[in-house]
Amino acid sequence: MSEALLTLTGVHTHIGQYHILQGVDLTVRRGELTVLLGRNGAGKTTTLRTIMGLWKASRGGLVFDGQDITRASTPDIATAGIAYVPENMGIFSDLTVRENLLLAARAGEPDAQRLEWIFGFFPALKKFWNQAAGTLSGGQKQMLAIARAIVEPRKLLLVDEPTKGLAPAIIQSLITAFRELKGMETTILLVEQNFGFVRSLGDSVAVMDDGRIVHKGRMAELAEDRDLQQSLLGLSLDAHQ
Amino acid sequence: MTPIATPTDAELPKLKLDWAPLLVLPALALAALPLIGSAPTWVTLTIAGLAMGMMIFIMASGLTLVFGLMDVLNFGHGAFVTVGAFTATLVLLPMQGWMQADSVLMNLTALSLAVALAMGVTGLLGWAFERVIIMPVYGQHLKQILITMGGMIVAEQMIHVVWGPDQIPLPLPASFRGAIIFGDAAIEKYRLIAVAVGLIVFVAMFLVLNRTKVGLLIRAGVENGEMVEALGYRIRRLFVGVFIAGSALAGLGGVLWGLYKEMLTAAMGSEIMVLVFIVIIIGGLGSVGGCFIGALLVALVANYAGFLVPKIALASNILLMVAILLWRPQGLYPVAKR
Amino acid sequence: MLHRLLSGDFPRSLWLSGALALLVLVLALAPFLFTGARAMNVAATICVFIVLVASYDLLLGYTGIVSFAHTMFYGIGAYGVGLALYSIGPTWGAMALGLGIALLLSLALALVIGLFSLRVKAIFYAMITLAVASAFAILASQLSDFTGGEDGRTFSVPEMLRPGFRLIEAEVFGTAINGKLITYYLLFFGALAIFLFLLRVVNSPFGRVLQAIRENDFRAEALGYRTVVYRTLANCLAAATATLAGALMALWLRYAGPQTTLSFTIMMDILLIVVIGGMGTLYGAMIGSALFILAQNYLQALMKQASDALTAVPVLANLLHPDRWLLWLGVFFVLSVYFFPTGIVGKLRALKR
Repeated sequence: MSEALLTLTGVHTHIGQYHILQGVDLTVRRGELTVLLGRNGAGKTTTLRTIMGLWKASRGGLVFDGQDITRASTPDIATAGIAYVPENMGIFSDLTVRENLLLAARAGEPDAQRLEWIFGFFPALKKFWNQAAGTLSGGQKQMLAIARAIVEPRKLLLVDEPTKGLAPAIIQSLITAFRELKGMETTILLVEQNFGFVRSLGDSVAVMDDGRIVHKGRMAELAEDRDLQQSLLGLSLDAHQ
Repeated sequence: MTPIATPTDAELPKLKLDWAPLLVLPALALAALPLIGSAPTWVTLTIAGLAMGMMIFIMASGLTLVFGLMDVLNFGHGAFVTVGAFTATLVLLPMQGWMQADSVLMNLTALSLAVALAMGVTGLLGWAFERVIIMPVYGQHLKQILITMGGMIVAEQMIHVVWGPDQIPLPLPASFRGAIIFGDAAIEKYRLIAVAVGLIVFVAMFLVLNRTKVGLLIRAGVENGEMVEALGYRIRRLFVGVFIAGSALAGLGGVLWGLYKEMLTAAMGSEIMVLVFIVIIIGGLGSVGGCFIGALLVALVANYAGFLVPKIALASNILLMVAILLWRPQGLYPVAKR
Repeated sequence: MLHRLLSGDFPRSLWLSGALALLVLVLALAPFLFTGARAMNVAATICVFIVLVASYDLLLGYTGIVSFAHTMFYGIGAYGVGLALYSIGPTWGAMALGLGIALLLSLALALVIGLFSLRVKAIFYAMITLAVASAFAILASQLSDFTGGEDGRTFSVPEMLRPGFRLIEAEVFGTAINGKLITYYLLFFGALAIFLFLLRVVNSPFGRVLQAIRENDFRAEALGYRTVVYRTLANCLAAATATLAGALMALWLRYAGPQTTLSFTIMMDILLIVVIGGMGTLYGAMIGSALFILAQNYLQALMKQASDALTAVPVLANLLHPDRWLLWLGVFFVLSVYFFPTGIVGKLRALKR
């Protein structure tokens, strides 16, 4: 197993009076795609937002790439090398596709070769290059959101439920994209509810419930073990697809 | 889970420009023509309206951007208008000789110096205002309104303390006085200059917002500040910059407005703020384009109504606001928010 | 008995209770305690301001919305009564008619403004009320044939309220039982009744919903349909109460004009009193009004003396000039919002713990 890139130790997060994360221990290993599963309200999105510094941990610690980021500000965390695709995609709808990507490329103009690589699995982005992002379809917005996170190489990608509300054809192109990213040894933390989508992609898996991690292991093991799926996720694979 | 998205390659609707609000402006001007009856009067009033509208736009643009970017509504914005105008007198009154000299160059030099000083001082004041008054109350609308209103009162009173209780006359420079006769219509030179300055500011702002990275960040920040931070940019710095620029623009607007009225009073800022608020409500809070059209609309209505039914001039703007909000409850160009 | 009168909402502090009891006692006996016209003016103004500020607190403190149009409603009340008495003549009927029209106008305006702006965004309300109130103030001074313009209107009140009227010939404890005294007690008991009514409102289920909405609004800005209804109702109620306060003030002054009712200075006074007294505690309106009106009447004189003594130091003299009263109010206001957000009542209640 490779070394840890991101480690959460006993992280608690409060939002207003609500105690959402109640001691999360989680490790994301370098070069792996880690899947975070769990039902609605288990604390998956809060975990990602806490990593990103959008909400601050009230207790516990976060270490990213050897650096303590528990108290770091969101821009500092981003420049440390974490890219974030939020659940609502966070697209700037008033800006064009090009301008959205331009902002994501902090070094200046996006690298042409890398852009071509992205257009390879998200051709729609090339087609609507100078179109306002607000006029894109839901799937295309999701592609743009992911493209924005990878337009420059980052050490870690946080992706929140990318398949939510998307048609099967688009989910297929997302799978292609994640395969490409895995091929380049990108480290990814992927939050999902669609087990079918992540079953073949994930290396590691963690399952959350009530603000805690209730299961950690290899994806391959969970994918084989229907009883475990049943007890952890309360779903049978067949019914969910 | 039901898929709701459309297939990938469906043809996209062409980017639509929302034309309707743009048409209101000429429609209003044309509707006023038969009511006024005389074409030369109409031309004079329309130019006066455009000039006033440009000045209001300059004052209002910073306010609406600050609101869009940081959800901060500065009720004390009018103080920057007043301070800008009064600061200009520090240059213009000692340089009266240059101002009244029959030389465009000397007039312009004096005026440029005054504008530079006014914008510098109001920009600096904006920076201080943001740090001291507004920073502690981010995200608390109620306190924001109360505190910035209090700040406005204090600033207005400080003007009295420093400059005394009397009005200060501020004559126009020699070469800007008088009117150009155009057919039967007399068009005051200064109004044309105000229109020109307003257009320059609008175009400059448009270019910055659309052609530079800072501009893109501001537009992105208006829509989703959190995501701008998650991309690695410090929105706070952006915000302070916009606040300073907005304050300096209010200062510029104050100088222009003071020269237009040729008389400065400590209350000039808070008086014009009423129109500024109507403008940014009409335009859609946070929208620069809406602010521009809103400012012209408000000023035209004020001028036409001031001529037709002088007693209800300001009330006519309230009616305009009501009409626009009935049509578009979020203003002419609502800003997409989070 | 007391429990019912105060709707179960007690001052909850020994010092506060003492101060309130003293205030009510002094106001109740004012005509017998003071002789000068000035002192009586101060007492009457305190009575009216308690109502005016308490009704504003219903908006700001209990509902969490900032309005800059409260003086507009206050002015409508004053002008309604004043103009009716001026144009119809000094009869009770004219007074009732004026008050009725004023109340209807206030309610209609509050309803329209509320439905318009509270529906979109809370912050709209502050801006729109500011714009509407300014337009209204300018309109009132422009329509001078009707309103008397900047000079306002001086009018006669029904005979029973005139100073020359004697209820009984004999003096009681050295005080003449005249029309001025009757007017004062009209103000005093009117203010008392309205205040107790407001206390009842904020402690009713309706008042609790308002506070719940305020708490919600601070956290998230998700405004539902019912929120608008409750807020608009609160808005109308506050407007009607301010109208009554305006009518009372007009009766006392026998005058209605822009400076005494519509001016923005009064709006600032109200804001300041609410914040200093304590937002969301109606008792704050009582304590705040009393302290403020006293300060306004007696501190300004002190400032004049200080300013006159300092004429040699130009800027300092300017700072302390009585016309700069508003400067100090503004500074005090900003500081209180920062450091004193619970106001005097909040501080007094905290003492106990």
